[in-house]
Amino acid sequence: MLKFIIRRVAWTIPVILLVIFMTFLMMRQIKGNPFQVTERAVNEATQRTLDRKFHLDQPWYIQYAYYVKGVFTANLGPSLVQRDRDVNDVIKDHFPVSLKLGGLAMLWAVLVGIPLGIIAALKQNTKLDYAVMAVVNAGYALPNFLIATVLIYLFAVKWREHTPFPTNGWGGWETWVLPAAALGHAPMTFFARIVRGSMLETLQQDYIRTAKAKGLRWRRVVGLHVLRNSLIPAVTAAAPLLGFLITGSFIVEFVFGIPGIGRYFVNSVTARDYSVTMGITILLSMIIIFANLLVDILYGYLDPRTRDVRT
Amino acid sequence: MALLEVEDLRTYFKTREGEVRAVDGVSFSLEHSKMLGIVGESGCGKSVTVLSIMGLVQTPGRVVGGSAVFQGRDLVQLKGRELEDVRGHEIGMIFQDPMTSLNPTLTIGTQLTETLRRHLGMNKDQARKRAVELLEEVHIPNAARRLDDYPHRYSGGMRQRVMIAIAISCNPKLLIADEPTTALDVTVQAGVLDLLHELRSIHEMGVIIITHDMGVVAETADDIIVMYAGQIVEQATALDLFDRPEHPYTEALLEALPQVEGEGIREGRLRSISGRPPDLLDPPPACRFAPRCAYAGQDDCATVPPDLREIRPGHWVRSSHPTSERAAAPVGAR
Repeated sequence: MLKFIIRRVAWTIPVILLVIFMTFLMMRQIKGNPFQVTERAVNEATQRTLDRKFHLDQPWYIQYAYYVKGVFTANLGPSLVQRDRDVNDVIKDHFPVSLKLGGLAMLWAVLVGIPLGIIAALKQNTKLDYAVMAVVNAGYALPNFLIATVLIYLFAVKWREHTPFPTNGWGGWETWVLPAAALGHAPMTFFARIVRGSMLETLQQDYIRTAKAKGLRWRRVVGLHVLRNSLIPAVTAAAPLLGFLITGSFIVEFVFGIPGIGRYFVNSVTARDYSVTMGITILLSMIIIFANLLVDILYGYLDPRTRDVRT
Repeated sequence: MALLEVEDLRTYFKTREGEVRAVDGVSFSLEHSKMLGIVGESGCGKSVTVLSIMGLVQTPGRVVGGSAVFQGRDLVQLKGRELEDVRGHEIGMIFQDPMTSLNPTLTIGTQLTETLRRHLGMNKDQARKRAVELLEEVHIPNAARRLDDYPHRYSGGMRQRVMIAIAISCNPKLLIADEPTTALDVTVQAGVLDLLHELRSIHEMGVIIITHDMGVVAETADDIIVMYAGQIVEQATALDLFDRPEHPYTEALLEALPQVEGEGIREGRLRSISGRPPDLLDPPPACRFAPRCAYAGQDDCATVPPDLREIRPGHWVRSSHPTSERAAAPVGAR
């Protein structure tokens, strides 16, 4: 298992390099450069100084080498739009907000979605199952900006005397609840559906019949034999999902006025803040890469068959 | 008193197309330490019969009538929790496909010890110690070391041995083996069967073995039941059944066995039973074997359902044309 983990971690390095390269390449394909005369009037001497400072007078592969070196020494360079702030500051200020929001959304999705899926599967083809799945499927079809708006309307406007939730902002726990629910809703319905499906499949397996034939209590049959096997697909899907959730959602952050990195990311693109765009892209990619790494390790833990194959 | 007394057991499956009578009035009894073979083609209801006894029939199937009295208690009437106490404890069961019958995500040790801890109240250490003994008893080499392996490290034959170890772990009085060798390589089938017989005599268990292969039960079973389309068509001691089969279906089954010696071997052809088993949604109204029977058509085979009758002491048959009452040659050439 250890060998497998080491191998798997080692493999992330070329992937990260590739991501940096692709990001670098794409940013260079955009026409114009950060110091175009039309946007910022600087004289020629200043321009040359700037070019030299940012290595823009060097060929692209030297620039790339500088950039890679920067990434691996955790220095993503200065912001081109915000004076006196560099990309590291931007990430430091805004990423923790998205991390917390995404984490809470994930918690909501797991704590509500998985039990709903289990209940629906155990009560398959009963009214309870139909009711749960109707809510889940309807919820899955609604976009999160709509859910966010409805939540704000209901809890922060209509019933504002009875609830502590503000319409927007980011501070104490009462500001976290609505955005986390809005962001976590789609993943919640996703978990409910995937867990229900895999539970139903597992319940039909021969080894469940064996477990019953052994006279095990139903609680243990479901809690150990069924659940362990049914959660494998959920776990596989969960880690990348967590990656996407904690890297910020432009829409939810925008609707609730949350200073998260998702919102900042989109803003950096429109503001042509190249270094910020690249820095955040690489950060998000790394999170997704590590989320997938986590899945593979967890998968090996949950499904022993894969351990032998992949070591 | 018999160990197990099954009386007029009926298990029906309610489907969209109608009611499937998978087990339609099956009765038999099994004495202590005896071995009963249930033989028949796929879909004849032999598996559903034992699953009904165990209370393991899945919806939409339901035991709708009859009784299965095991050591004085009717298993059909038992509530879920009471039945759980019997299953795996007083009745052990092994299944057809050992490759899928063990949980792939739990170690062999866990799957063995959970039964011991559940029924015998052993603690972890006691259960582990006993589990090693059990694996040794079913001839798994290096038992202590292999306890923490997962099922995928075991071959099919070894997995079936593990299933047997689990089934006998609580010293059951009855062991039910549902096609225990069907999914195994021919080379390991004999080993698993030998093991079953060995354990039966050591533990003095009654055994019900289900198979579609007459050869599996020929040498070892005390009694044999032949099932067809949800009903028992012939029931006798093994010796009598093989020596003097009475039902045309049993005859055909025996003729379908590959011959290794004797006349006909030169022909090099296997006989098969023509036609297919009936659709249990709409079975033949009277004798269910009539459409495939070489002797049907002479009289009321298609109108009067034959009863299971004792043609001679201990030999029961459900046919209007048992071998010993047949005078003339079959109507159609076989």
